[in-house]
Amino acid sequence: MSSSVLYDAPGPKARIRNRIFSVVGVLAVLGIVVFAVLRLNAKGQFEPEMWNIFNNAGVRTNIRDGVLTTLKVFALAAVLSLILGALLAVGRLSDHKPVRWLATGFIELFRAVPLLITIYALWVLFLTYKSDLGFTGDGTEFWALVIGLTVYNGTVQAEVLRAGINSVPKGQREAAYALGMSKTQVMTTVLVPQAVRAMLPTIISQLVVTLKDTSLGFIITYKELLYSLQEMAGNIVVNDENPYFPMIVVGGVIYIAMCMALSALATWIERRGRRTKTGIPVADAAQPLAAGDAAADLTATDAPDGKTD
Amino acid sequence: MNVLLDHLPEFREGFLGTLAITAASAVLALVLGILIAGFRVSPIPPLRAFGTAWVTLLRNTPLTLLFLIAFFVIPQIFFPGTSPFVLAMGALGCYTSSFVCEAVRSGINTVPLGQAEAARSLGLTFSQTLRMIVLPQATRTVIPPLSSIFIALTKNSAIAGAFSVSELFSVSKLLSDKGYAIGWIFLWIALAYLVITFTISGVFRLLERRLEVAR
Repeated sequence: MSSSVLYDAPGPKARIRNRIFSVVGVLAVLGIVVFAVLRLNAKGQFEPEMWNIFNNAGVRTNIRDGVLTTLKVFALAAVLSLILGALLAVGRLSDHKPVRWLATGFIELFRAVPLLITIYALWVLFLTYKSDLGFTGDGTEFWALVIGLTVYNGTVQAEVLRAGINSVPKGQREAAYALGMSKTQVMTTVLVPQAVRAMLPTIISQLVVTLKDTSLGFIITYKELLYSLQEMAGNIVVNDENPYFPMIVVGGVIYIAMCMALSALATWIERRGRRTKTGIPVADAAQPLAAGDAAADLTATDAPDGKTD
Repeated sequence: MNVLLDHLPEFREGFLGTLAITAASAVLALVLGILIAGFRVSPIPPLRAFGTAWVTLLRNTPLTLLFLIAFFVIPQIFFPGTSPFVLAMGALGCYTSSFVCEAVRSGINTVPLGQAEAARSLGLTFSQTLRMIVLPQATRTVIPPLSSIFIALTKNSAIAGAFSVSELFSVSKLLSDKGYAIGWIFLWIALAYLVITFTISGVFRLLERRLEVAR
């Protein structure tokens, strides 16, 4: 349904009214922006010296290292969480009760606990046994962050994958068993590939969440992008003021660019999947808030959407 | 075992703190989210553009960065000396409002076309159509996603604890600084969050059943 169903094509009067609303709306937003700029200007946040800090080689190196560290954590956590997700999804669909229970319990516990609490608990745990575990330098923070992200996002990816496996038409599984394939073969060569294909947009959207959540390293003082920005903003003093605003603008742009690039990939794959005619519906690229939604979306794309179009 | 019994007041305070920050930002997110969903389907192009920009920017920004903005930039612009609770509420509320907006917008899309067409042919204006015809019917489809949005909000509220708002995360920090075993603290805190999230999903399931209509 296009949004234009909600209102008529504007006549002469409505056009004038719309224009008035446009002007008022734009003025209101502009007013807030101008006010903010003036106040920040009064604090010296727009002074050339304030922004000149980004010409400093040290600042640039710090930002580059921050981005690389963030990407390193993200890459490791993404790979590990996908592996854990696949294991947990298969475990939850297992025929053996203990395996099923264990996977379900693990998923339900770590999905319900805020990621920050998990990361913090792991951090304290690792700090306590630092020498036993052989961590050096900031290895403690690094592994607490990576394992925390892996555990949380692994449980979400597991639920997404499970929804995908359940969405594969029943005939596929039956045909595979009829051909005499073993359980493992059916799962790895028939069900999982189709599930991954159907859920790829959702999986990538969850990876965007993983990328955003690497910023939680800030709270356990791990030197990723956000922490180094905040540290620099606290240490550098220009004209008796800290450059919080320039640092946050630069950091925000970097984060938004990285996340939007990944989101665009998800949307592109979703659109590409809709064009093909394999008969497997492709999930929405919307970020899954709870993995159950992914399943709901998948069934929703089958039926009601077609009616309302 | 002793951690909980020895520090019952702290746990209670943290629990209530989490409830308070969650409830306050949920209200803010609902109001903002519905307003911006209205913007996104409105006949006025600049408002639509504003809504789209709002949702795109906020959904792609890490919540921690929003907290930094709220705590280091906003006080320089607007109200210096605002309490951490209000600032955290602002960050959480704005972040969550973008998800609420998307849920409401897809809810609006599920209301049958005939409803809006009938409203228009009766001569209702855009805001009347939205307020009296479309949004009330969209409520039913918006409830299930809202439930997961609020559960996510509850979990996100933990970040507020790191920014000097007293809630469950700050309790876990306080007690582990006091030297209690992190395992037990983790379990009790997890239990507290489970209580809150189960309550939310229970309440929403009840709402869903109440609003259910045989079509």
